[in-house]
Amino acid sequence: MPEDPSAPRLRHKWRMPVEWLGIVPFLLFALLFLILPTMKIVVGAFQTPEGAFTLQNLADLNTDSIRSAYWTSIRLSLITALLGCAIGFAMAAAVVFGGLPKGIRSPLLTFSGVASNFAGVPLAFAFIATLGPVGLITVWLRTEFGINLRAMGFNLLSFNGLVITYLFFQIPLMILIIIPALDGLKREWREAAEVLGATGAQYWRMVALPILFPSLLGTFALLFANAFGAVATAFALTGPQLNIVPIKLFAQIRGDVLGNPNLGYALAFGMIVITALANFLYIWLRVRSERWLK
Amino acid sequence: MSFLTLTHLEKTFGQNRVVKDFSLSIAKGEFISLLGPSGCGKTTVLRMVAGFETPTSGGITIDGRDVTGLRANARNIGMMFQAYALFPNMTVADNVGFGLKVKGAPRAEREARVAEMLKLIGLSDLGGRFPFQLSGGQQQRVALARALAPRPSVLLLDEPLSALDAKVRVSLRNEIRQIQQELGITTIFVTHDQEEAMSISDRIVVMNGGVADQVGAPFDIYNRPRTRFVANFVGTLNTFDVQVTDPAQGRVTLAGQSLTLPDAPLASSVGQTLSVALRPEALRLGRLPDAEALLTARVTDVHFMGSVIRLKAEMAGALVSLDTFNRPDAPPPVVGSEVEVSLSGRDFIVLQG
Amino acid sequence: MTRFFAWAAFLLGSLFFLLPLIGMTEFSLKARRGEYSFDAYMRVFEDQRFWDTFSYSLILAAATIVVGVFLVVPTAYWVRLKLPQARPVIEFITLLPLVIPAIVIVFGYIRLYNTSSFLPMTGSALGTDILLTMGYTTLALPYMYRSVDTGLRTIDVGTLTEAAQSLGAGWVTILARIILPNVMVAVLSGAFLTLAIVLGEFTMAALLNRPAFGPYMQLLGANRAYEPPALAVIAFAITWGCMGLMQLVTRLSKHERAKA
Ligand SMILES: Nc1ncnc2c1ncn2[C@@H]1O[C@H](COP(=O)(O)OP(=O)(O)O)[C@@H](O)[C@H]1O
Ligand SMILES: [Mg+2]
Repeated sequence: MPEDPSAPRLRHKWRMPVEWLGIVPFLLFALLFLILPTMKIVVGAFQTPEGAFTLQNLADLNTDSIRSAYWTSIRLSLITALLGCAIGFAMAAAVVFGGLPKGIRSPLLTFSGVASNFAGVPLAFAFIATLGPVGLITVWLRTEFGINLRAMGFNLLSFNGLVITYLFFQIPLMILIIIPALDGLKREWREAAEVLGATGAQYWRMVALPILFPSLLGTFALLFANAFGAVATAFALTGPQLNIVPIKLFAQIRGDVLGNPNLGYALAFGMIVITALANFLYIWLRVRSERWLK
Repeated sequence: MSFLTLTHLEKTFGQNRVVKDFSLSIAKGEFISLLGPSGCGKTTVLRMVAGFETPTSGGITIDGRDVTGLRANARNIGMMFQAYALFPNMTVADNVGFGLKVKGAPRAEREARVAEMLKLIGLSDLGGRFPFQLSGGQQQRVALARALAPRPSVLLLDEPLSALDAKVRVSLRNEIRQIQQELGITTIFVTHDQEEAMSISDRIVVMNGGVADQVGAPFDIYNRPRTRFVANFVGTLNTFDVQVTDPAQGRVTLAGQSLTLPDAPLASSVGQTLSVALRPEALRLGRLPDAEALLTARVTDVHFMGSVIRLKAEMAGALVSLDTFNRPDAPPPVVGSEVEVSLSGRDFIVLQG
Repeated sequence: MTRFFAWAAFLLGSLFFLLPLIGMTEFSLKARRGEYSFDAYMRVFEDQRFWDTFSYSLILAAATIVVGVFLVVPTAYWVRLKLPQARPVIEFITLLPLVIPAIVIVFGYIRLYNTSSFLPMTGSALGTDILLTMGYTTLALPYMYRSVDTGLRTIDVGTLTEAAQSLGAGWVTILARIILPNVMVAVLSGAFLTLAIVLGEFTMAALLNRPAFGPYMQLLGANRAYEPPALAVIAFAITWGCMGLMQLVTRLSKHERAKA
């Protein structure tokens, strides 16, 4: 009996690394093209050009222009994520529960798949052709109704214009993710609530929304990150002048407009911190709200 | 005095008439089962009572009040579903207290009622658990407590046991019946399991194709089925063809033996063939003094089921099933042996249609 | 009442999505004064740079798909078969590209793989192309991995592997002849999504200075009036085509299974 306890331990020690070898290519790829590049940014944010440790880069972020860029980016991401979630939810709920013809559902899902991927440069073109200075709707409103959008303060190449444009991919993304979640709501839950005396609003507030909460939250975090990191749409729409973080970083990478290479690291590091915070918040809330899940 | 009445209920989905001229009157405190094969419209009837479906025509009254046009949340009904209808995001206690909470009952009253209900179903210790932490049987007991907590006037159960395994099913159905009698609550229970229906109901409604074929106490339904469908659905049947010899006295012959049928006089003429049926337990093994006729049968199969032994045998040109009680001192006949079978005309069911 | 609001939500939403599509189409047809024409499209198609950048992006998309398949299929298979304990790690990594903005990743590339680094990939055109392909692979990773992993869930990886091994098949044979055909639908739908992503990608290609389709579109947008909406229509059609193909393979495979 003396060798018995040691034998399995030996085998255990041997087998682990052999099996982990199978995912070494993947881990190597992730290391080289995902983790190391990110680490480079993080480390660089705390280094002087000569390589010494410093907090000066982060301190240098505290200028009016950079603060306002972050603030604009955060607002833009929050607003488009909120509106995207709300409108996408309304459309998904309309299709799943609203008694619309069954035939609508599949085209809506297909279209959402297309629209959520129709981002970037061509999306900006589409909105310029529609709401730009000589766009379809702008001209139509002016000639038919004498409404001058520009005089009313609307400008596509502004914060509000960006919000409207981003919604074109934010809403479909929400629809794609939330329709399966809505399908997961069992008819019995609704009927049980109703027969127990609950109104429709009570059912939504006490049963359906708490059950959907993790999905809603996850989608919100995803939409937030999606808007926060988006470069192409904003760049094609407004060029390099709009003061949001990704555009600023884009200009910095291209031409060191900040006049300090390591300030670029700090700028990018700030982006990572914000999207990571958003996701940690999501994970934390999700864990708290999902005690009732296995 | 009837408490819950359904009058000439009809329900049509598109072209499909799912419930046809369904009338039923249920007394206060009665336990009624709707029994029938899948797709015969049981759930649809129940959902009309609950208020989830609007009848195409006909009416529903509860305690004298016409509820036909009322929404489900205004009917004060308790309902239990097939499975997994507990709110997964709430603890057991919150599930049970849900009905009182939406009605705005004060917290103290709610908590007292929840405790009372959990005690009733024997799960007092599990109030803080979430549904996924319970077994299927426990979940359904919580569902029952949740349905009963707001003191509904009627309890509706739609195959609440069908997702459970056999042992739990039997114990839980007895528990449901016991609680129902304790509270004296008027109950409609939907099932496709005839044994379940017969064991716990005051009366059974056998449904077939959206129509109530027969309404009656389990004893009557089983022993005096009015149609071939009902007879077949509520138990095993052995059918024979007999020749009428005396219509006025109800006398017939089967394999040369003379028998007197219960539903005499028969509306048929001498020499006519009649289709009759016998339950497996009406074919009695051995030579019995009170029997009218004695036939021999060749055993082809023996199923030992515990208290009952079911034999398959060839008799009078037909393959029959016959049940006999287990006796420790008498082993069952072996396959291939010849046995004597006693039968009596009064046990026969004359089948119409 | 519910139905009224449902229709209202659906129709208003649809209007929001249709108007830009109508807008870009209408605008793209207005290149000739006073009448609709396809002039803008003609000019786009006559532009050699359109074809050059488009085929460049197409080649990179193909390379991305190949790299992605070689990376994802064996890994997902291995994790299901032998390393379920590694699943959280792998899933975390595959979700990272949704959290770390692409512009940050490519910034890291530029600084990490510059001419004076241990792996001077940005020093040559080929090296940069490889780097860009790897970048696209990271962007596609979340979708590719999910798709393949879901596909693997529907087959019994363990039994298939044991059956193949008992017939003497090696790992390469098992992956290429048994596993890959079984997750082909998942791979294809991941591939079409990758194609859609790569063809429209702007940030990485622009910052790595490669002549891809995204930067070309941007450049044209800054200098022309009618060609950009025409390009948008073309890009939309391509995206739609990719999604359509994705649905098609899924539907065809369901059909096949129903027949079998
Ligand atoms: N909402 C509905 N729409 C259309 N047909 C229905 C609907 N509900 C039930 N049916 C049909 O009505 C018939 C009876 O269904 P149901 O009452 O559920 O039967 P049971 O509960 O006895 O199995 C079935 O043929 C079913 O397909
Ligand atoms: Mg049913």
